[in-house]
Amino acid sequence: MFLRFAAAITVLTTLAIGLTLLGETVGFFREVSPGAFFGSTEWSPTFADPSFGVWPLVNGTLLVAGIGIVFAVPLGLLVAIYLSEYARPRVRRILKPFLEILAGIPTVVLGFFALHFVTQVVLKPIFPDIKTFNALSAGLVVGLMIVPMIASLSEDAMRAVPASLREGAYGLGASKRTVALRIVLPAAISGVVSAIVLGLARAIGETMIVAIAGGNQPTMTFNPLHGIQTMTAFIVQVSLGDTQYGSIAYRTIFAVATTLFVMTFALNVVAHKIARRFREAYE
Amino acid sequence: MTVSAHELLATPDRASRERRERVFTLWMLLALTIAIIALLALLFDVLKVGIPRLNAAFVTDFPSRVPERSGAYPAILGSLWVIGVCAAFAIPVGMGAAIYLEEYAKPSRLNRFIEINIANLAGIPSVIYGLLGLAVFVRFLGFGRTVLAGGLTLGLLVLPVITIAGREAIRAVPPSIKEAALAVGATEWQAISRQVLPAALPGFMTGVILAISRALGETAPLITMGALTFVTFVPNHVLDRFTVLPIQIYNWTSRPQEAFQETAAAGIVVLLIVLLTMNALAIWLRNRYQRRW
Repeated sequence: MFLRFAAAITVLTTLAIGLTLLGETVGFFREVSPGAFFGSTEWSPTFADPSFGVWPLVNGTLLVAGIGIVFAVPLGLLVAIYLSEYARPRVRRILKPFLEILAGIPTVVLGFFALHFVTQVVLKPIFPDIKTFNALSAGLVVGLMIVPMIASLSEDAMRAVPASLREGAYGLGASKRTVALRIVLPAAISGVVSAIVLGLARAIGETMIVAIAGGNQPTMTFNPLHGIQTMTAFIVQVSLGDTQYGSIAYRTIFAVATTLFVMTFALNVVAHKIARRFREAYE
Repeated sequence: MTVSAHELLATPDRASRERRERVFTLWMLLALTIAIIALLALLFDVLKVGIPRLNAAFVTDFPSRVPERSGAYPAILGSLWVIGVCAAFAIPVGMGAAIYLEEYAKPSRLNRFIEINIANLAGIPSVIYGLLGLAVFVRFLGFGRTVLAGGLTLGLLVLPVITIAGREAIRAVPPSIKEAALAVGATEWQAISRQVLPAALPGFMTGVILAISRALGETAPLITMGALTFVTFVPNHVLDRFTVLPIQIYNWTSRPQEAFQETAAAGIVVLLIVLLTMNALAIWLRNRYQRRW
């Protein structure tokens, strides 16, 4: 009885998330037209003359997540290929816990690192006119955050490729690199792509790194050296203030959260679909 | 997937082939080096800034407007309270869900739905769990922005992690163990509770420790749920208001004065010591009790 209840809680959680977001978002759209939300590029919901165009937040979110993915995908895949195809068992045993430690660092700590070290020590000397809060530093550290995830999920997919495929290629005279890039990677592609999509979802939903290092300026910029505001950073910014229950500001965070939820949920569904549909079953 | 033999072997001569091998190896080592250096730089930066600021008073003092006199005492106690509530809720419920799904659930459509649902829950951004906590625990159930609401919010957040770890631990126990117990006359529940669960416990505990250490490092859901950011008192029961160490670190990080950055780094050192100890414990537990059947 308790056991069934425990399993039911997971379903109740999903329902509660759906109802919460839906309820407050409907309340939001009673006061603000969807046209004003999706049809404007001006985001200033707390001003006296408020404007509710969500695109600057979406733009900031995608800019940071894009930088993160561009940084994390080559890094994560190269690490995965190394761990799966090249590393000796001893080296693997040292490197794996290392990745787990990186994955376990709290995001507030990564945010401090982005603001205090990556911006000041690494990026300032290269880009002298970089802003204190900027999308580049937040994006790079978000990328660093998802490297362990992409590496470890991709490695699992690569290790699941049967040895006979590798041996067949070696038998034809292929080199180790050719086997890794032309045999193992294509054979594991469903797992690898699904890992990348899950990583993208994580990057879009990441909060503290961008709240600390990305800034709070909702602008439509594509310049990574400038400050931006992501959807998550906006939610944190408003939550820190004393927001009145039922006020328009209170409902704004739910409308933004629903937008965020729809994006990450869609990516998660796509990732699971890819992992299942394009998996080459070898057994 | 097809690759023709011609494609595989289209490299002209041995020398350039070996050069390509070496270049590729260098790329991989470069990627590893970047990841390793980033982690070391993070640890080094935090230690360099934080250690000089760290002393006994830091963990027993209250926060203050003066950076040099700021301490993390209420935040540390707040973290312990919230984690206590989180663990008291998420461990039994996560274990219960794992036992149900592995041992009792028949492969019906509903149970398949529960499985997919758990995988999706694990992918929802943590900041949204904070809004769930705000709507359900703070408002609907009327707990207010208290330790209880915060602990339950984090409990829901780590529930999928604990459930998945529990299921894997139970699945790793061979069915013959349970069948042997049933054969000598044990009831279903006796076989599960006295044979399967003890055998699955180390694997389960590893998952629990990792989940709890994740909850301990979470900031965003507790901010959106409405935890305080500046407290000068210590919570005494589950209906007190609170802050936690990661929020306190965030608060210090967002102050403009340089001295507060040192205070933030000192807080990070305390947090990382706790988390790395827990992670090491989990890895040790896994290696020590990992049984091959």
